[in-house]
Formats: sequence, C-alpha cells, structure tokens
Amino acid sequence: MAQEIVINKISDNEWEIPKSGKMNVPVRIFASEKLLEQIKKDDSLKQGMNVASLPNIQKFSYMMPDAHQGYGMSVGGVAAFPVEKGIISPGMTGFDINCGIRLLATPVSKTDVEPKIKELLEELFKNVPSGVGSDSDIRLKREELDAVLKKGCRWALENGYATEEDLDVTESSGSLEMADPNAVSNNAKDRGKNQLGTLGAGNHFLEIQYVDEIYDKKAAEIMGITEKEQICVMIHCGSRGLGHQVCSDYLRKFEDAFPEIANALPDRDLIYAPANTNLAKEYFGAMCAAANFAWTNRQLIAHGVRKAFKTTFNISPKHIEQVYDVAHNIIKKESYKIDGKMKELYIHRKGATRAFGPENPEIPKKYQKIGQPILIPGSMGTASFVLVGTATAAEKSFASTAHGAGRVMSRHEANKQYTGEGTKKELEQKNIFVKAASWKGISEEAPGAYKDIDEVVKVSHNAGIGNLVVRLKPMGVVKG
Amino acid sequence: MKKFEYLSHTSEEKFAAYGKTMEEAFCNAALALENIIVNTENVKSVIKKKVCIETKHLKGLLFDFLQELLILFDSEHIVIHKIADMHIQQKGSDYVLECIVYGDNAKTYQLLSGVKSVTYNEMEIIQENQAWKITVVVDV
Repeated sequence: MAQEIVINKISDNEWEIPKSGKMNVPVRIFASEKLLEQIKKDDSLKQGMNVASLPNIQKFSYMMPDAHQGYGMSVGGVAAFPVEKGIISPGMTGFDINCGIRLLATPVSKTDVEPKIKELLEELFKNVPSGVGSDSDIRLKREELDAVLKKGCRWALENGYATEEDLDVTESSGSLEMADPNAVSNNAKDRGKNQLGTLGAGNHFLEIQYVDEIYDKKAAEIMGITEKEQICVMIHCGSRGLGHQVCSDYLRKFEDAFPEIANALPDRDLIYAPANTNLAKEYFGAMCAAANFAWTNRQLIAHGVRKAFKTTFNISPKHIEQVYDVAHNIIKKESYKIDGKMKELYIHRKGATRAFGPENPEIPKKYQKIGQPILIPGSMGTASFVLVGTATAAEKSFASTAHGAGRVMSRHEANKQYTGEGTKKELEQKNIFVKAASWKGISEEAPGAYKDIDEVVKVSHNAGIGNLVVRLKPMGVVKG
Repeated sequence: MKKFEYLSHTSEEKFAAYGKTMEEAFCNAALALENIIVNTENVKSVIKKKVCIETKHLKGLLFDFLQELLILFDSEHIVIHKIADMHIQQKGSDYVLECIVYGDNAKTYQLLSGVKSVTYNEMEIIQENQAWKITVVVDV
C-alpha cells in the first residue's frame, strides 16, 4: 500500500505527501531518508493521510521522525484544530493520557554509583511499585482522588511529595486548571485508585543514566547538568489505568453521540466531536484531569527516587533537582499565527513532545533564554537525549518534535527473537543492569525492536525543531 | 478449531479469535485478551461475576465487553479463565451481551504483561464458512 503514496522531498529532513483524495492538507514528515524507509514499512503514512482528511485541520498533518503505526493516528503524530469551529479527538492523544518523561539531575557521578548500582536498583524497585498489577502504597479515598485530579502536582506539594521548584519545572506546573474530576467515570477512578505513584508495565521505565556528551554547555548548565559522568534519573510513565479508561470512555461516548461522524471515518479510532459541543468540553475536562493524575504519578515516583538516593548514598532529597517534566501524549490549547492571524488551537500530540522556544511565556523563568527542555528517551540500553525547543519549531511543527525511538518490531516478534535472560545478559556485558518485574518486560523492549534513537534526534536537530543539549547513557534500568 | 492466535503488529498486540457461533468467538476473544495478562490455564475458578453490556452496535459491544475485563483487572485485580452462559441478543437497534465470567485474584499468579485499552484499530467481526472470526488490536 505504502509504495503507491507520492512523497516529495522538501529537504534532507522534511518530506511531504501532497493533498489528494479526501485530504484537506498535505502530510509533512520529519525524517531522514533512512527513517523514512522505516516509516514506509507499516501503515503510518496512510494513517497520516487519514488525519489530513479530518475537518478544519490546520496547515499539515505532521509526522515526527520516530513515527510508527498506531490506532487511528500514527504514534509520532501532531494535528491542530481551531478551538472555535474545530474538533477534538480522544484517540489522537493516545490511550495513555499524558504519558511523558521526567528527568532528575543528581550531585553524584558515575564512579560513585558504579559500585552500588545493584543496591540502588533494589532500593528503587522497593520505593517505586513496578510491573503489571502492582499497587501503590497510597490508598486514596474518592474525595482525595478527586483532589489529585483537580489539583495535580499542587496536591503533591500540599501533601509533602513535591517542592515549589519541582512544580516550576513541570509542564503547566503539573496542574491543568481546566481539569474536571466529575467528567471522569467511576470505572476510570476505580482503575486508577490504587495506581498513584506506580510505574506500570510495557515500555515504561525508570533509568539511572550518566551524562555521556554535552553538545550545548550553556544550556546544560542552566538545566543543572554541569559535567560528563554526572548521574541523572529518567522516569517514563503516564496516567495508568485511569487515563486509559478516560480515553476509551470518551471514544465510545463520541461514537454513540455522533454516529454520522463515526460511520464516515476511515478508522473509528479517529472519532472526534465538534469542539463547540458540551461533550467535547466534558472530554477536555476529563483529559486534563487524567493529565494531572499522570503528573502527580511521576511526582510521586520522583519522591520514591529521592528516598532511594537518600538510603543508598545519603544524599538529601533537595539535592536531587528536577530538570524538567514534559508530556508526549496530550491535547493542549495553544495559540499560533495562521495566515497572519493568531488562532487558538487544540494541538493534539500523540507520541510527540512539545518544543517551546526561548521567550515563550509558558516556560519557566530559568529556561526563558534557552527554550524548553525536551526529554527524549531511547530504547532500553541505548542513549537518551535532552534537547531544547526553538522558535523554528513554532513555525514548522506547531512546536513539536519526536518523543522516543519508536518501535520497528512488534512485541510479539521481539519475544520470539529475544529472550528476557539473553537481553539482560547482553546489557550486563555493556555494564547496564536491569531490574524487572517480569522477563517478558525485558525481551519485548529489547533494543533491536526500536528505531535508531541517534538518527531520530539528529533529524530533530537538523530540521531545527529541537536542538541537542545532552546525551545520556544508561547504567541501570527498572522495568515493569 | 483453534480458539485464538496472536498476529503481528508493530507497536500493539493483535489477535484473532474463532468460534462456531458469534458467542463462542466473543468468549475466545476474551481468553485471548486475558492470556496477554496471565497464563489462563493456571487460573482457578474462585470468583464468579455476571457481566452485562448494552450498546448501539456490534463492534461497540465487543469493545465494551473486552474493556470490562480490563476494568475488572485494574479495579478488582480479577483475572478471568472461563466465560460461560454467553448470550448476545439484538433488542430493537441495540445489542445486549450477558455472560458469567470465572476467575481468581490476580495476585495469586505470575502476571505476564499489562493491557492499556481495547481499540477499534483493524477490528473485525466476520462470519465466513459457517464460523465466526474476530480480530482485535489492543494497546499494550
């Protein structure tokens, strides 16, 4: 199917599928030739074209360098629709609402951690419940859970799990005001009630990393990353069962409320509601609540990480400073200039990271000069990267860039090709230690199942939509 | 006849479930889903639950039925290994599913993997050669 699609080269890192058939706008792909070949292998491009056919989509249907086939919209997809007379679509954020990355910088170095790495991983595993079906130590009554949904990280601050500084370096301070706990179903609340502060399973992880390369010294220093071999901690997870249920609840509600829209779609997972309807507003309130849950979740995990460093290295929690926390599955209201006029848009990012440039009023004061930190994890055992947002990104991609390596192999295939024990041993030979809740969790996330992360970030940098600051390499991984 | 099999998909888990009747195919789809989470052959019948789903169309019925199993897992830690007394009826323009599910507390078993959500991606419910085939992609 993919080879029939016309793709025009715009530059070495940008490609375009021109408008045809039902498409309202072209598809714009950020990729190198090599990554484009990989993207062509599954149905991602077709999915990008389906998104381009949605009503009132602005400028382009975008695909990031790590794009791969999803459901409805591809992962690594970005689409913008006007808040007035546009649409909103739950499937176009991904089921894991506000899946995202948090990065912490520590004052210890690689040589301090090396002799104690296994001890540290055990301590992290103890402090951060991981794996499928693992429960939180925090039992929330319904009113308390509603407070988490409404306040997000402010709840964590009030309850001693966060500092003002943490909130300052979290996207939207970890608290979206539009959150409406009443729009979140009882099923969703039941799924999430025992999961606050848990890592979950699948591709989610907690990684001990060291600074391997600094590309932009000035920006790195402002982020608290001062030298090579400094230890950082990366947290990757989302809104757990609560967010997944919010997404599927509204997908089904929209479908029942707008059968004529559902029946006309090429793929029902793209179901949307006109943005001016009550149901659209209700969904946005529920999505914001789930996003708050996810930020609080990562905040509690960071709290667990600080406890583990206190126990293992006797480092005070206040010396483990947060670099940033950013979502890669979310809908945000943002304003952009289109045809000379400022327009408020619902920016749908599914497997794409916000990349606000310098002087954007929505980013923390300390990052005003350099732009917002962008956190891009590699696959297990490979490098992760810190980038900064640019003014170019606002023009080229509605301030968005990649979110990770992106899969090239199904989990099923990965389980056939790799064994958990084999993968673990292979990583240990590279001095990367893994503590996982299940062997399957290791084999299906084997590095060979993913795209080349170095290539992904290079495209982001060369296209100017997110510039390289730091490369981090893993030395310990906690997996669900 | 095979009950179900797993198919290839880049990022998610995809399966096909079969049955001589639509009811049987629905039961096998549920087993395919549960087997991503746990080896259902080890699970005992300790907990029994009645499941009732009503929707406006057939694919929605399958979506909500499978989603219900994910809700039981996350909220009550129940893994299912047997589905009995499955009845699917059309009432006017609506579809109604009723069945009894049997399973146990998930904490007693070794769990394999999590499932985030059911999706409509590539979903099919088709009847061919007097048998039913269901295809589902779930977000994992």
